[in-house]
Amino acid sequence: MEPVAADLTGAGPTSRASHLLLVLPATLFVLVVFALPVAWLLSRSVSDPAWGLDNFRTVLREPVYLGLMRNTVQISVATTVLCVLLGYPVAHVMATCPRLTRLLTFVVLVPFWSSVLVRTFAWMVLLQNNGLINRALLGSGLVRQPIEMIFNRTGVLIGMVQVLLPFVIFPLYGSIRAIDPALMPAAACMGATPARAFLRVQLPLTIPGLTTGATLVFVLSLGYFVTPALLGGRRDVVIARMIQMEIGQFGDWGVAAALSLVLLVATLSLLGFSRLLVRRGRPT
Amino acid sequence: MTDAPVLTLRGIGKDYGRTVAVDAVDLELRRGEFVSFLGPSGSGKTTTLMMIAGLQTPSRGEMLLQGRDLGPVPPYRRNIGVVFQNYALFPHLSVAANVAFPLQMRRVGRTEMARRVGETLALVGLPDHGARLPAQLSGGQQQRVALARALVYQPPLLLMDEPLGALDKKLREQLQLEISRLHRELGITVLYVTHDQEEALVMSDRIAVFNDGRIEQIGRPQELYEHPASRFVAGFVGESSFIVGRVTSAAANRVAIETAHGMLCGHPATSLAPGDAAVLAVRPERVGISEEAAGGDRNVVHARLVEVIYLGQSRKFMAALPNGEIITGLLPIALAADDLAPGQTVDLTWRASECTILPDH
Repeated sequence: MEPVAADLTGAGPTSRASHLLLVLPATLFVLVVFALPVAWLLSRSVSDPAWGLDNFRTVLREPVYLGLMRNTVQISVATTVLCVLLGYPVAHVMATCPRLTRLLTFVVLVPFWSSVLVRTFAWMVLLQNNGLINRALLGSGLVRQPIEMIFNRTGVLIGMVQVLLPFVIFPLYGSIRAIDPALMPAAACMGATPARAFLRVQLPLTIPGLTTGATLVFVLSLGYFVTPALLGGRRDVVIARMIQMEIGQFGDWGVAAALSLVLLVATLSLLGFSRLLVRRGRPT
Repeated sequence: MTDAPVLTLRGIGKDYGRTVAVDAVDLELRRGEFVSFLGPSGSGKTTTLMMIAGLQTPSRGEMLLQGRDLGPVPPYRRNIGVVFQNYALFPHLSVAANVAFPLQMRRVGRTEMARRVGETLALVGLPDHGARLPAQLSGGQQQRVALARALVYQPPLLLMDEPLGALDKKLREQLQLEISRLHRELGITVLYVTHDQEEALVMSDRIAVFNDGRIEQIGRPQELYEHPASRFVAGFVGESSFIVGRVTSAAANRVAIETAHGMLCGHPATSLAPGDAAVLAVRPERVGISEEAAGGDRNVVHARLVEVIYLGQSRKFMAALPNGEIITGLLPIALAADDLAPGQTVDLTWRASECTILPDH
């Protein structure tokens, strides 16, 4: 009996140690190439060019920086709202029409398999003043002058919504799928019109998926760089682009670091807030 | 004077592509009646119920609720109560909010709503559970909430789709009696779908036996049990043993058939003519074991016991006829000899008036 017991107690620590060993390489890798450089960059926000909070004072007071923070938040909010409005119906059809699930999953995922840069350049081809869309509109006589769809907010939103849509569709799809399929028919039998059944039954039950999806889109939007840079105009400069310009063009590492820290804190607090919402929305 | 029927179905049918789920169902439901749809899965009983609720669109036929054509009416305007098999309670709403839901949809005032929710929860025996979430209740309690939610707006018709299917036997029997009590007290009209024939016999005023998308027979429980109109009904409602044969003589209430075990007589289910293929159906409790061959009114067959099962109140036995047909019998324990054992040969006997001769297709 005793040797068996000894073996069993010995198995615990041994397996835990081996588990730690298994995750060690990845942990080290992330630590060396990600955590350390980030910490080093962030530390420069209080040390470059001199010790103190001057960089934060600049970033949080100067109208230029406040303006680009406002841009960033505006673009992120608009992108999130558009993604939710466009994504919810798609997720709904995916979850409730089994015959279309595979096709739609494929259609939603296809853009994932090509690079953001390629997709953004493709949008430039489509959206510019003598691009495909404007030429079709002009040719058909629907408009007399090309519609400005690029190098402005419209272009930024079109590009970002297209890239970020899957992030709201998949969590929503999961949470609609999890609803007992008898609930909506039951609501109808009790006198709920489709609209009221949606507002009172389906929507409240999909809040966790909605929160997860919207948070993902918003957080990713906050740090978005390529699309606003290529499809946006002068008024669409966002934090991420400014960080790149501070370092690449002005060599001001301190301000870039302070901007990064502001972005990081905003992102983390949003994630925390959303986790709280999701947890509260889930019935125990 | 007879009341106008609450519900009328005329030739209602449903096709899925080329498959016929429901062929043609005719039914008239009287006020205050409890009618069960009984049948095996896939026989069309649930599809018929869902068409009445408005959750499925019929491919043909006509439905009237209190004289009003249901065809163009969407489910949310039909004012029919529905209880689903897996309760379909809203998990994010409290028990009271679940029961209040249909009243909110009807824009009932606050005080009136609170009063009716309280009354209905008391009616189903859950007066103090209003604040709980459905997940905090047992299966039986959840089904009571579902019942309350379907009753609270006093619909003219209550549809129940195998509401007790997910519960264990004890709880099921208890809830059967309770649903019967509610039906009596409230005078509601109920359509009840089940595949459990015992449940249908206990609760129903009438039972509609479904087979292959049609109602095979509809009648009072006793009528169905004692006078099944087809081999399917005889086998599905209660238990029956069958002996096949051919009609030799047919009178209004007495038919003789020639079988592999001699001439047997019984009560005809429908009109039969000499030469028709027929089958004799006999209930287990009608079959006795006789020492001496009894003549006259009684049918007698010679058989070999293959199984004897002790059931407490009774003994069940199965006996094989020479051609392999099996007769099942049920003897009250006081009448069953202790020494019955497989392998014995016995004479089985039952009254001609207590068995049915059915056409055999």
